Amino acid sequence: MRCETPEREAIPSDILDKTRALARAYDPAACTAADVRNALGRDTLTFYDYGALLSPAAEPFLEETARRARAETRRQFGTSVSLFTPLYIANYCDNLCAYCGFQRDNPIARARLTPEEIEAELRAIAQTGLREILLLTGESRRHSDPGYIGAAVRLAKRYFSAVGLEIYPLNTDEYARLRQDGADFVSVYQETYDEELYEKVHVSGPKRAFSYRFHAQERAVLGGMRGVSFGALLGLGDFRRDAFAAGLHAFFFQQKYPRAEISFSVPRIRAYANNAALGPRDVGERQLLQVMLAYRLFMPFAAITISTRERPGFRDHAVGLAATRISAGVSVGVGGHGAEQKGEAQFEISDGRSVAHIHEMLLSRGLQPVYTDYIAL
Amino acid sequence: MNDTLNIGGREFQSRFILGSGKFSLEMTRLVIENGGVEMATLALRRAGAGGKENILDYIPKGVTLLPNTSGARDAREAVRIARLARELGCGDFIKIEVIPDTKYLLPDNGETIKATEILAKEGFIVMPYMHPDLIAARRMADAGAAAIMPLGAPIGSNKGLLTRDFIKILVGEIDLPIIVDAGIGRPSQACEAMELGVAAVMANTAVATAGDAGLMASAFKLAIEAGRRAWLAGPGRVLAYAAEASSPLTGFLED
Repeated sequence: MRCETPEREAIPSDILDKTRALARAYDPAACTAADVRNALGRDTLTFYDYGALLSPAAEPFLEETARRARAETRRQFGTSVSLFTPLYIANYCDNLCAYCGFQRDNPIARARLTPEEIEAELRAIAQTGLREILLLTGESRRHSDPGYIGAAVRLAKRYFSAVGLEIYPLNTDEYARLRQDGADFVSVYQETYDEELYEKVHVSGPKRAFSYRFHAQERAVLGGMRGVSFGALLGLGDFRRDAFAAGLHAFFFQQKYPRAEISFSVPRIRAYANNAALGPRDVGERQLLQVMLAYRLFMPFAAITISTRERPGFRDHAVGLAATRISAGVSVGVGGHGAEQKGEAQFEISDGRSVAHIHEMLLSRGLQPVYTDYIAL
Repeated sequence: MNDTLNIGGREFQSRFILGSGKFSLEMTRLVIENGGVEMATLALRRAGAGGKENILDYIPKGVTLLPNTSGARDAREAVRIARLARELGCGDFIKIEVIPDTKYLLPDNGETIKATEILAKEGFIVMPYMHPDLIAARRMADAGAAAIMPLGAPIGSNKGLLTRDFIKILVGEIDLPIIVDAGIGRPSQACEAMELGVAAVMANTAVATAGDAGLMASAFKLAIEAGRRAWLAGPGRVLAYAAEASSPLTGFLED
């Protein structure tokens, strides 16, 4: 397959410099209980307050932080919780990343759905009532080029009111074309903001370009996307520093692009095929929740997505408390909704409940499932 | 006492407008009933096709729908959403919300004026949500707005009438119903707004985040009625400092 790789676009931006400067100065161990109390007493969090809430000193305050976060979530989002599902359309990858099941050297079954197969998957998912979909590929421009992704977006737009993309980073004009095709949102996760570690775990492949990835959200909105997502892969590096940096990244981005909708994801490292021992190290559920609560209080208006990487009991409590988006009816292999799965998964999931199950769960918790929150304009 | 609220030629007995975006659907019906609500907003982006439930099924038939343009970031998007609302059979009322800021959800008055003008010409009954600025309100009135909906405080903040003095100016100067839209957090604040002479109050978060939303809706109903009656009664003046003698400075005059 022939696919030309354009030169990586550089855009004028000081967001990386600002994020880097503050993140380097952040020392979680230096934060005290008094810092945490101050943070919890404030209407609007400073960077320092945000750091305090992510620090070990905040762990004894988790219940109090949760109470504040729940009130803030309720105030901003009411009882609404958005439902969506991911659809992996290809799992080829050009990168060699130490933590990921899609890495090119991992001998898993690879696949790329044909347009007919994509449509069958979309139709099956739409029948569950969902109206928002997230299309994903492995990071291979060679095997899943922008034209292929654009065709998938056009198909998805026939069935869904909102289409998100979680693909490799693109240039502005490529994002603009996908926007024209009907894409609304772009998720790009930095994995870790520790640049030394980033270089180490991204052994080879285009993903090694840290700053090009860092600026992907900016290029996406410059290309017309409505919203973007931020996050670090928790457990890869120092999760407190990574979450701090991800929050700042989103904060400075929002200052520069106030129209864009912002969301956070909080993936923890999971085991994958041929690497069963991999796990989130020091990021237990308490720490994961701590990160979610800190995101909520630092940027109360931002959506937070809770992944099927987490067990049902955790997800059920996290929605309404901090999370406002939840995936349902999830398959993380390639295909698997309409027909049999064609390619293997990126990681193992912990919550395979159907859309109807998640719907009932939300209602039973006094929450309102929201299937569509966007009008295609 | 015959005291109806008239918006765009339609009469309402209730002056409590409900924002519906933050409720569970089941709760919406109860709140409308307890609050005596006759007009409720409808976020079109949530009411479109798809999903398992539709908010329209939970709003009682006699309640006037006020579709809003939430999600619009400029006049063009607001106009398109408004037209879509009409096509979907949501009636002629439209609440214009143009919000190019995802953090504070503050409205863009300039774009709102543009959208008001276009939609009023198309026969919509336009109710623009706005930052309480007299000059912008005049332009919205000139453009054909049927009511003006200034914010009392940032949306969802429950902070009350932070913009009190500016809303008083609108009440004094604009010959249209002034409806306080965002920020009202308690029934006492709704009452205070009504005492200032606003025509109606809209609330959403304040009711949705209450421990008992149904009970809070009835509290808002009573508070809004009390404030309205106080306004109609003409409240006595409040003295700034101490009690005054009847003519402390002019009692020496002989004729």
